[in-house]
Amino acid sequence: MMQEGLDDGPDFLSEEDRGPRAVNVDLQTDATLQVDISDALSERDKVKFTVHTKSTLPNFKQNEFSVVRQHEEFIWLHDSFVENEEYAGYIIPPAPPRPDFDASREKLQKLGEGEGSMTKEEFTKMKQELEAEYLAIFKKTVAMHEVFLCRVAAHPVLRKDMNFHVFLEYNQDLSVRGKNKREKMEDFFKNVVKSADGVLVAGVKDVDDFFEHEKTFLLEYHNRVKDASSKSDRMIRSHKSVADDINRIASTLYTLGTQDSTDVCKFFLKVSELFEKTRKIEARVAADEDLKLADLLKYYLRESQAAKDLLYRRGRALVDYENANKALDKARAKNKDVLQAETSQQVCCQKFEKISESAKQELIDFKTRRVAAFRKNLVELAELELKHAKGNLQLLQSCVGVLKGDT
Amino acid sequence: MAAEMEPPPLGDAGQTDFREIEDGEGFFVSTVTTIESPEPSSPDPPSMPAEGISTNGPKQEDISLDDDPEDLFAEATEEVSLDSPEREPILSDGPSPAITPVTPTAMLTPRMGLGTAEMFERALDEIEEDDSGDTFDMHIAVSDPEKVGDGMNAYMGYKVTTKTSMTIFSKNETTVRRRFSDFLGLHSKLASKYLHIGYIVPPAPEKSIVGMTKVKVGKEDLSSAEFVEKRRSALERYLMRTVKHPILLKDPDVMMFLESSELPRAVSTQALSGAGILRMVNKAADAVNKMTIKMNESDAWFEEKHQQFENLDLQLRKLHASVECLVCHRKELSVNTASFAKSAAMLGNSEDHTALSRALSQLAEVEEKIDQLHQDQAYADFYLFSELLGDYVRLITAVKGVFDHRMKTWSKWQDTQLLLQKKREAESKLQFANKPDKLQQAQDEIKELEGKVQQGEKDFELISKTIRKEVSRFEKERVKDFKVVIIQYLESLVQTQQQLIKYWEAFLPEAKAIA
Repeated sequence: MMQEGLDDGPDFLSEEDRGPRAVNVDLQTDATLQVDISDALSERDKVKFTVHTKSTLPNFKQNEFSVVRQHEEFIWLHDSFVENEEYAGYIIPPAPPRPDFDASREKLQKLGEGEGSMTKEEFTKMKQELEAEYLAIFKKTVAMHEVFLCRVAAHPVLRKDMNFHVFLEYNQDLSVRGKNKREKMEDFFKNVVKSADGVLVAGVKDVDDFFEHEKTFLLEYHNRVKDASSKSDRMIRSHKSVADDINRIASTLYTLGTQDSTDVCKFFLKVSELFEKTRKIEARVAADEDLKLADLLKYYLRESQAAKDLLYRRGRALVDYENANKALDKARAKNKDVLQAETSQQVCCQKFEKISESAKQELIDFKTRRVAAFRKNLVELAELELKHAKGNLQLLQSCVGVLKGDT
Repeated sequence: MAAEMEPPPLGDAGQTDFREIEDGEGFFVSTVTTIESPEPSSPDPPSMPAEGISTNGPKQEDISLDDDPEDLFAEATEEVSLDSPEREPILSDGPSPAITPVTPTAMLTPRMGLGTAEMFERALDEIEEDDSGDTFDMHIAVSDPEKVGDGMNAYMGYKVTTKTSMTIFSKNETTVRRRFSDFLGLHSKLASKYLHIGYIVPPAPEKSIVGMTKVKVGKEDLSSAEFVEKRRSALERYLMRTVKHPILLKDPDVMMFLESSELPRAVSTQALSGAGILRMVNKAADAVNKMTIKMNESDAWFEEKHQQFENLDLQLRKLHASVECLVCHRKELSVNTASFAKSAAMLGNSEDHTALSRALSQLAEVEEKIDQLHQDQAYADFYLFSELLGDYVRLITAVKGVFDHRMKTWSKWQDTQLLLQKKREAESKLQFANKPDKLQQAQDEIKELEGKVQQGEKDFELISKTIRKEVSRFEKERVKDFKVVIIQYLESLVQTQQQLIKYWEAFLPEAKAIA
């Protein structure tokens, strides 16, 4: 029951949320192509994003238009980039994670079941809390889908991609179904092969210092970001638990205050009021940490993986190139199929050099973006923590002042 | 005198007349930080501080006035505030190790600022109003837990130091060694003497088979150290509450407990002893009786109070459970923050952009300091808030017990009256039966019963009167306790936020410096 109420809810995005949201990536918006998610609707099983485009490019029929897309269509677009050989030399912007409201739904359900065991005030309070949580998750998934599109739009080559234009403009359903079982199995095997291959390729020492360094760096960095991401998640969850506890304490103190006939009732009521406010702040601290720290780490986990994939593709091309060289030498020695071997070698060489050239720039850009994003988020994190701590402090001090005046 | 102590206390020496403060402080004398960090620098690694101070043990060593703000701060989260200053004036004799640490508070005061000072003054005024006659001037400290013996027969011995200027005590300062069963024995004696006539006897801390077994077995880990500290603190609060009661204070058993060097072993407190079993049987019988007694409550006051205490009990238990949850989650938060800090440090190490790498390392440091903050706050949550609630849940059980005794007294009185009536009927019958011997006997019995009925009525009136007084005293204490503790707890929260602000303010320029 409760779930339905939320799922078929109206537009969750408030005015302030519109406009380009560069949550994790520092992007320059370019007037020739601006993409954002102007609206989103959550239905039982899926989220419908309204993708809004403003463009002066001639490719599009209009200057401004919107289409409705679902998560699977974003994945389709991402996968089409990955499978395109032309883009082998670029860091493919990581796909947004699937919208996951399961945990939130579960909590709402549990709340519904436990309705009888708590007072009306407690129930209303908890319901509001869970609705706020649901809203936060919702906003996050919208932001992540938007960041993906913005990254594509900002990339000098990817923004010209045909599929991307279709995605933006074609106002019918793209008929992209999710992968069926067989396709998922194929993917699984592909990944296994890729990992094995990846190990082989990684083992090849690169002559180029830059790439050798990048390989070592990315491998370690990716693992550490993964660890930091999961630890930050746990820390933030604990923080939320603490806020919830303070909430319960506030309720009980209120009851105590109303029941008590002695002097101390004023204390209970005042402190209950105080805790109501401070716990809201604590919850905001957890939410901000989630946004500025956890999301940042999660995003760079995905991007560092995409960068690793690029290095893998380059490595693969290098191996192919070297193999082609060997084949050419063999052919020349045997004086058989020399022309064929020569062309093959040329192709491999070009491919490898093309990838190397763009890869270098991509990796440099990656670093620039990463540093900028971390700087922005760490600064904002510190500022928000300060803001909240000062808010808390003020509330606490004023309450202490009042209570001491009372004794 | 102050000067003799090391290090010399700062400004708060000016705060005289603190002896009255005991009323407020008894409960949180614990060394919150002691248990948590068995630092190498501490004098007694395994359990407790060498000094008999219930407050800052090992940490004390670390404290130098200016150097280590974090340590000082950590101290500050403990409600040490009330203790140390008041010890000063009480000392009539020279300084003894037990009373040394005026230090922590001395250092704390400049930190806590005027707020604490004002609070002392106010608590003072309040207390002075309450006392009539001989001002309550007494302080008891329980310290130095030491394991005596080995294996399953081992037990923890505690040092009990009493400092007072009251004349009923033979000495100004006494120190004795007691074990846990001695405390239980004291309570058991007091309960048997005073509960049934309506005095609210503070309950002793609970036994804990699990906790004690760990200690006996010699498991010297964090949890058994915590257990010992928790118990030590509870014992101290128990004694302070007991002596604050004007009647109990003068009881010879209490005096003997505090003063005599040897105490007969209280065997009857053991769970499986004969007395223990008898207690259990009595408890069951009582429960049954309570259900069957239907009292005609003629006094609305009692009805009202009974209901109030029922409500209070319910809410306090609920609150206690929530606060225990909070303590648990905050400890978890501390652990997870520490873990994240390490992870962030690793990330900083692998980051190849120098400025960002440095910033990430700084973030890791900040988070590490914050995890310590959370830990300290969790201890404040526990020792200030949670333990107070636990104490009151148990106290209210005692209060309810006293109400039950009144019911029993009433019931006894009624029963005697019924018996008298029956005998009178029997006597009138005998009047016509012409049996002079039996008649005389009946008349004698009637006279006796009349006396008993009178006594029963008097007892009932007395217990009712006593309970009224006791409840009034109890409520006053409760109000005072809660007020003081709530303020202290809020101040611990204030400290935490202030430190948070400091840490993040230090980090912000580092983050901005990333280029």
